[in-house]
Amino acid sequence: MSDRPEQTPDAGGPPPQLELIERLRGEAEAALAAAASSRELEQLRLRYLGRKAELPQLLREVASLAPEQRGAVGKAANQARQALEALLAARARELAAAELQAQLEADRVDVTLPGAPPAPIGRAHLLSSTRRELEDVFLGLGFTVLEGPEIETVHYNFDALNHSPTHPARARTDTFYVRPPDGVQRSGGEELVLRTHTSPMQIRAMEAHPPPLYVVIPGRVYRPDSDATHTPQFHQIEGLAVDEDITLADLKGTLLVFARELFGEQRDVRLRPHFFPFTEPSVEVDVSCFQCRRGFMRDGSRCPLCKGEGWLEVLGAGEVDPNVYAHVPTTAANAPGYDPERVQGYAWGMGIERIAMLKHRIPDLRLYYDNDLRFLEQF
Amino acid sequence: MRVPLPWLREYCDPALEVGAIEERLTMTGTKVEAVLHHGVPSAEGFVVGRVLSAEPHPDADRLKVCAVELGLADGPATIVCGAPNVAAGQTVAVALPGAVMPDGTTLKRARLRGVASEGMILAEHELQLDAGPSPGIMVLDGTALAAASVSASSSQMDDDAPPPGELAPGAPLAALLPIASDVLELEITPNRPDCLGVYGVARELHAATGAALAPAPWLRDPGSAGPVAGAAVTVECPELCPRFTARAFEHVTVAPSPPWLKARLSAAGQRPINNVVDITNYAMLLTGQPLHAFDLDRVAGGGAQPGGPGQPGAVGRLTVRRARDGEQLQTLDGHTRTLDREMVVIDDAEGPTSIAAIMGGARSEVHAGTSRVLMEVACWSGPNVHRTSWALGLRSEASSRFEKGLQPEQCMHAQAIASRLMVELCGATLVPGTIDVAGSDGAGWTPPPPTTLRLREARLRAILGVSVERSRQAEILAALDFASTPAADGLDVTVPALRRGDVTREIDLIEEVARIDGLERLPATLPARRGAAGRLSHAQRVRRRAEDALVGRGLHEIVGWSFAAPELLERLQVPPQHPLHGVVELENPLSDAQSIMRPTLLGSLLDAARHNVSRGHGDVAIFESGTVYRLEQGEPGEPGAAPPAGARADGRPRAEPGIREHHGLGVLLSGRIAPRSWRATPASADFFAAKALLAALLEHFHLSWWVTPGEAPFLHPGRSAAVLALPAAGGERAGRAPAAADGAGQPPPAAEPLLLGLLGELHPLVAERWELERAAGFLIDLGQLAAAAPAELTFSAFGAFPVLNQDLAVTLPIEVPAERLLGGVRRAGGEMLDRASVFDVYEGEQVGDGRRSLALALSFRSLERTLTDEDVEPVRARILAAVQELGGELRG
Repeated sequence: MSDRPEQTPDAGGPPPQLELIERLRGEAEAALAAAASSRELEQLRLRYLGRKAELPQLLREVASLAPEQRGAVGKAANQARQALEALLAARARELAAAELQAQLEADRVDVTLPGAPPAPIGRAHLLSSTRRELEDVFLGLGFTVLEGPEIETVHYNFDALNHSPTHPARARTDTFYVRPPDGVQRSGGEELVLRTHTSPMQIRAMEAHPPPLYVVIPGRVYRPDSDATHTPQFHQIEGLAVDEDITLADLKGTLLVFARELFGEQRDVRLRPHFFPFTEPSVEVDVSCFQCRRGFMRDGSRCPLCKGEGWLEVLGAGEVDPNVYAHVPTTAANAPGYDPERVQGYAWGMGIERIAMLKHRIPDLRLYYDNDLRFLEQF
Repeated sequence: MRVPLPWLREYCDPALEVGAIEERLTMTGTKVEAVLHHGVPSAEGFVVGRVLSAEPHPDADRLKVCAVELGLADGPATIVCGAPNVAAGQTVAVALPGAVMPDGTTLKRARLRGVASEGMILAEHELQLDAGPSPGIMVLDGTALAAASVSASSSQMDDDAPPPGELAPGAPLAALLPIASDVLELEITPNRPDCLGVYGVARELHAATGAALAPAPWLRDPGSAGPVAGAAVTVECPELCPRFTARAFEHVTVAPSPPWLKARLSAAGQRPINNVVDITNYAMLLTGQPLHAFDLDRVAGGGAQPGGPGQPGAVGRLTVRRARDGEQLQTLDGHTRTLDREMVVIDDAEGPTSIAAIMGGARSEVHAGTSRVLMEVACWSGPNVHRTSWALGLRSEASSRFEKGLQPEQCMHAQAIASRLMVELCGATLVPGTIDVAGSDGAGWTPPPPTTLRLREARLRAILGVSVERSRQAEILAALDFASTPAADGLDVTVPALRRGDVTREIDLIEEVARIDGLERLPATLPARRGAAGRLSHAQRVRRRAEDALVGRGLHEIVGWSFAAPELLERLQVPPQHPLHGVVELENPLSDAQSIMRPTLLGSLLDAARHNVSRGHGDVAIFESGTVYRLEQGEPGEPGAAPPAGARADGRPRAEPGIREHHGLGVLLSGRIAPRSWRATPASADFFAAKALLAALLEHFHLSWWVTPGEAPFLHPGRSAAVLALPAAGGERAGRAPAAADGAGQPPPAAEPLLLGLLGELHPLVAERWELERAAGFLIDLGQLAAAAPAELTFSAFGAFPVLNQDLAVTLPIEVPAERLLGGVRRAGGEMLDRASVFDVYEGEQVGDGRRSLALALSFRSLERTLTDEDVEPVRARILAAVQELGGELRG
């Protein structure tokens, strides 16, 4: 550059500022391109475009230049500024993107660590969830859920359910009796028991509501047995439907719905004649085994669940015995009452423990009442 | 009841395998619980043999080497036998090598002291004909075969039945004796005492399969009517003994029964004793009717000399009478029983000898030397037998049959069977005549007129939902021994004697037709369900949602025992006069530890917590939703006190007077309230952890609730509270708040608050008794919760403008409860103050002794505009004034 002739303003050549502008622009463009961070970029903005920087300074001084120089210098300076601003913005975007990328990279976590704070998982007890499942099947069929007292009178638990006065279930070996509370006068000194089934609520339901009546009655019941297959308390759900025309075939259809809802679409039910004091005809109801085909597994072995029977005994049922209606007094609450020549219906009752046991292969009844978390967590 | 299949087939033999018979019986109401097997697994390899010679073993004193003709081509077999009674000329039972014995072992050729033995000559117990050990081998001759022929022909229509089997050597043994029987284990329902005998089951099988039924085995009766020489019976209580029959036998030889009889009894589960006793058991198993054999000489007073001959020819007299109150009697089992006048005893010449229908006495038992037998067959009142048996705690095969109600006709069925067998098996002479006492005049028994019932075809169809042809109905009924004649709208059906206890109404006939016609035929239909609308009640929905809310918060539901130990209350430190001591007690608990009904859920929660902690699961968050039982007593206002008499808030019918059942919801937390985390240390279960959970639960239901300091003996005295709520609009008032509740901070008493329950940390001593470090929880009455939970919710306007949030830190005397401060703040804040809550608490030097700082988060709102700080300044000033009234000041 030293051999280039010195230009002077009065030489009539281009004003010297143009060269400066060109130099500043080149210098700034190189610096911006080389900037490595937003911070550095900001420093460069201050240096080249800040209030005290040369280029803005030049622009401010354009007015004081000779008139013939103003146009060229002003134009060049403006162009340079705009070009630098555009470059600066572009670089800012580039750097922000790069920095975000770096930040995201730095934010990377071990996604396989457990969530925190931990949200503990709770579970309903299997007996509760099974009870609800059963309730829901019958709610869907239009039944109402009723519940009754667990401490019952002998009247409701036995007499009104057509149990003969000498029925063996009344014995102290088969029924828990409750010590009468002191000072409570009871008409006729009637004895109190822990209900041995949910059936007493059949009578209470009919006393309280006129026909037609469609109810299910879940609840806790008691019998003094304790071994691998009996616990002194267990749970039942009872169904009662009384209308003008409810048949044994209706019982079969209702229980078929239950069997399919609980144990699968392919299930079938069969009714076997049996005896219960409060139903006539009485039946026991079997559901076709859901683990095998007619008692045998695929490998030809005998099914461990149904013991090769092909059927699982699930509940007792029948048409309500006419004698039971005779134990329901007609009152304002249930008028016109339950005349056995005018109403008929069915009743059934099943053990909730047994249903859950079959469905979930529970090996031992006592697991229900141990309340071991390792059991509770499984359902 | 056990019915050996060969015995059953003697009366009804459908051409069906055991599996098909099982299915038919089960599907018509006689459930086959199991098919058992009695005797050898297979009859293969068991044959008849004839002993040709029996020589002493050269090298063993007790063994004999026998040549036994087995009908084999290569001549007699050599069999070594150790029985003392083996002798040439005997016909015996032989097991050949390869035969499988009842215990599953396969017989092999063996050398016994150097002599090869090609089989085994069998003793009775080796075939499970008797319990054993038998004194010697079984000899198949004389009585054994004669009796077998008698037994088989007893069911045949004529006396010329062919003999049951061949005695030729080599003939299969099974043709002669039931050595391999399938045995049906039947469940006989209590309404069917007629099926307690083999013939009754045969009739069921006949009806179920259509296979022919042989005539009843009791139709041929060698006996006669009229008085019996040498015996007399008086019945003083005919109301408890509708019929008493007896026959006498002389020249009786008491001896073991023949193999066929032992085989039948053993297969039926009855141990053979001697021929006379076995005959009573056989007749009972066949007819269902129990019998009792007396030694007639001892009845007559010959029992004073044990083993003596008695006084032949003396008249034996039995008297049936009610016992005297307090009368004592020693029964066969050696126990002395104290009787009352509802029990019936039978006297002989020397006083009471047995408890009627239940157990005989030792004095007049048949024994080895008995030569005269009085065979008693009587009918007793079922309920009375049941009562006596229950009162004495004494049950027998006979009592369990009588209490089901046998019919008087059955007495003579059993007499006929027994008479024939006594003559044929015991060489006895049947004394002419039959004692037959019935009615108050002691005259003979006359059957009541049969019952005839109308079976309407329309009714049958209405009950079953399917019709059955009238001719088919008649056919089914006939197979079951019911006679029927056509009537205008159905059939007139006559009930047979043996069914009169069970079939008394049209519906009973419908059941008979339905079960035999086949319930498989029923279509599957659904009832009309007129007016049915399945929906849970409010209380039921509240309960489900409460349970779900807790499960959603990470709690596990438990199901505890309703039973508790009386010591539970002591362990919970409940003082004697506390209302919780009003517990429901059982008269006949399984054990002391289960002798009361739980008055609180806390016991089962603590038990479950300890169970899990002791198994290494130290963090426990559990709840139970279940019934709690208390006597109705106690002052209103006591936690757990009874609500006023009346309908239950949760819609459940009331338990009996004097007893209150309520559905409780109990929560117990112990250990950390959340799993350990790599990011934060979870808090441990304390009062506030439990309260946070309670708040989550109650606010789920939009309850207006609060707590006041309250005490319960099992809770930490400084960390326990009563939980109160306002009843839902229109809800029932089912309880009262404690009178001592702190008035300040409580919403205006628009309605009496409901006492929902208790909240707190467990008393450390109580926690220690269950081996827990610290535990907290709450107990809520779900009926009360349902009463406080609104069934319907209505919209409340919140406006379009943002809220203005401000914080306020104040210092107060430490005694001022937070709830009181908040109450004052809320009242002062008025409508503009939307919410106020405590978000920080500080005690320490900076606020000085006896004071603490509470930081409140306030949020203001207006339905009209966006609020500014200037807008709320006057309200904030009023709030500050309220704070100052409580002794508080703005914290600088």
